[in-house]
Amino acid sequence: MAILIDQNTRVVVQGLTGREGTYHALQCRQYGTQVVAGVTPGKGGTIHEGIPVFHTVAEAVRETGANASLIFVPPPFAADAILEAADAGVALVVCITEGIPTLEMIRVAAYLKGRPVRLVGPNCPGVISPGKCKMGIMPARIHKEGSVGVISRSGTLTYEAVGQLTRCEIGQSTCIGIGGDPVPGTTFVDALALFEQDPETRAVVMIGEIGGSAEEEAVAWMQQHFTKPVVSFIAGQTAPPGRRMGHAGAIIAGGKGTAAEKMAALRAAGITVVESPAEIGAAMKKILRG
Amino acid sequence: MKIHEYQAKEILKGYGVPVPRGRMTTQAAEVYDLAKEMGGTVVVKAQIHAGGRGKAGGVKLARSPREAQDIATRLLGSRLFTHQTGPEGKQVQKLLIEEGLNIKKEYYLGIVVDRSRRQPVFMASAEGGVEIEEVAARNPAAILKEHIDPQIGLSPFQSRKLAFGLGLPPALVGQAVKVFAALYDAFVATDASMVEINPFIETAEGNLIALDAKVNFDDNALYRHPEFRLLRDYSEEDPLEIEASRFGLNYIKLDGNIGCMVNGAGLAMATMDIIKLAGGNPANFLDVGGGASEESVTSAFRIILSDPHVQAILVNIFGGIVRCDIIARGIINAAKAVGVKVPIVVRLEGTNVDEGRRLLQESGLNIALADGMKDAAEKVVAKARA
Repeated sequence: MAILIDQNTRVVVQGLTGREGTYHALQCRQYGTQVVAGVTPGKGGTIHEGIPVFHTVAEAVRETGANASLIFVPPPFAADAILEAADAGVALVVCITEGIPTLEMIRVAAYLKGRPVRLVGPNCPGVISPGKCKMGIMPARIHKEGSVGVISRSGTLTYEAVGQLTRCEIGQSTCIGIGGDPVPGTTFVDALALFEQDPETRAVVMIGEIGGSAEEEAVAWMQQHFTKPVVSFIAGQTAPPGRRMGHAGAIIAGGKGTAAEKMAALRAAGITVVESPAEIGAAMKKILRG
Repeated sequence: MKIHEYQAKEILKGYGVPVPRGRMTTQAAEVYDLAKEMGGTVVVKAQIHAGGRGKAGGVKLARSPREAQDIATRLLGSRLFTHQTGPEGKQVQKLLIEEGLNIKKEYYLGIVVDRSRRQPVFMASAEGGVEIEEVAARNPAAILKEHIDPQIGLSPFQSRKLAFGLGLPPALVGQAVKVFAALYDAFVATDASMVEINPFIETAEGNLIALDAKVNFDDNALYRHPEFRLLRDYSEEDPLEIEASRFGLNYIKLDGNIGCMVNGAGLAMATMDIIKLAGGNPANFLDVGGGASEESVTSAFRIILSDPHVQAILVNIFGGIVRCDIIARGIINAAKAVGVKVPIVVRLEGTNVDEGRRLLQESGLNIALADGMKDAAEKVVAKARA
């Protein structure tokens, strides 16, 4: 089993006809994902790389039964694209776009609250359930089907962790990039709750980074509700304060959000924290052996 | 993006936040007349992008135009050292000359985004004039907070709760409600990531005034505020970082000697971390972007090598969807074009990795290949020491 996406996920790609959208939609389809529709306002009624294109997401959902949306729309239009997908009734929205203004995402978050839709991202590599479905830009070949869940605020660092797991012969149930923005749709807590419910996920790798308090909130939640082993790494142990380290959300502000604080909180809760990003796979291997 | 106090005040004033009368100048010779015009008693404030100016001697009261000019002469061109400037300090090139006011009480006001609540939060404290982090650590209950529903905005009742909570005289609460609303309007309209008034003062005459102002903008929103480009003060930024931003690279200069070139921000931070664990010191954070194109790699080498402290470079690329042989060719061409003399350690991962490694090995360049991040960090630390 897996969480969020599997063989039955039917994906509509918003921004399908753009360069990025086309490239990644085809990569997803090649992996086995059912890419059933594309949306580009003004290009409805055409067929792009064998995929029917619609003017609106609502139309795409009605005509193709799409139940998840993958967004490759440029930043000025991406927040609106998320709202459109939610309004059209898909259960899952994965937004790859980086660079959406924070106050836009705050309005989006308020709109999504209470609606039956989950947003992953923005500014993320997407979601993959190895062997079943890929909705994102991650390299498929590094993944292996299995029973470890991966949650991360990063892109390539997630690939690094997944690569290590696969080399250790440890497969993954689902890997979720929750994204590097200050206001993500899905948080560590949300993703952990889904993994807790998934009988086939035996353990979780959690990759955090400096900025905000999402890792501390995850610790507080895990102490009450989470029963599976976790291996964690926090990036940015050497990051200077007050500087945005690439990701909009990766900033130590007012002395808060340091890697040291987050690592201490995780350790205090008995969670395995590796200091070196090269030890994620080995640490998980040790845990699974018992 | 950061701006100066005088720019922040100009913006806030436009939304109806009362600020002192004042003028920015870069010329000490102008200060005498400016001070005279403002009634003789003025405050001379150094304009740098760092907090803690008061303690560092960058904010001075002058009781006469002559004194104001003397202070200005001393401050202009001098370096200020605060807890936010780093050891090299910041040179003062601009001054704000402001009318002196009769301060009765100092408060703190601030608006930021509360990431876990996904809402803006308006903070206020009766302990104004001191670092808010200090108050938060010592007495968190002294900071009042009102979370704001973005669909509704800051409601007057919330402003009243804050104003009465601060202990403002009831006669001033109406005035405070207007100022708080103006501040929130400014926060939203400018796509700020932070607005801070510290201190926000009550004068002996019963006026509420923003005596200091700090506004930071959300970089992601700058595309819809082209007018803010004019507010950017390049002299406040590291020249290499400015150069890097022209090429669309995320570069932050640090004080070590191992240059880093990595694709992806998280992996770039993790690479710095593992260099430190291996006993070395990273010279920079640099994210060349997910794709690591030849163009971006070339500019990245140029930027890294402009830092004279760099003695070795670690290139850590997790190929993702781009093929490793293409990335390897990019690294080779870039290293040749830039004329890289220091040793390079390359860690490549991805499809066609063998072909990529072969190309690097046969390039004739001073490139060592690494197997995994740990090996890469150990090798580059050894090279930097040699």
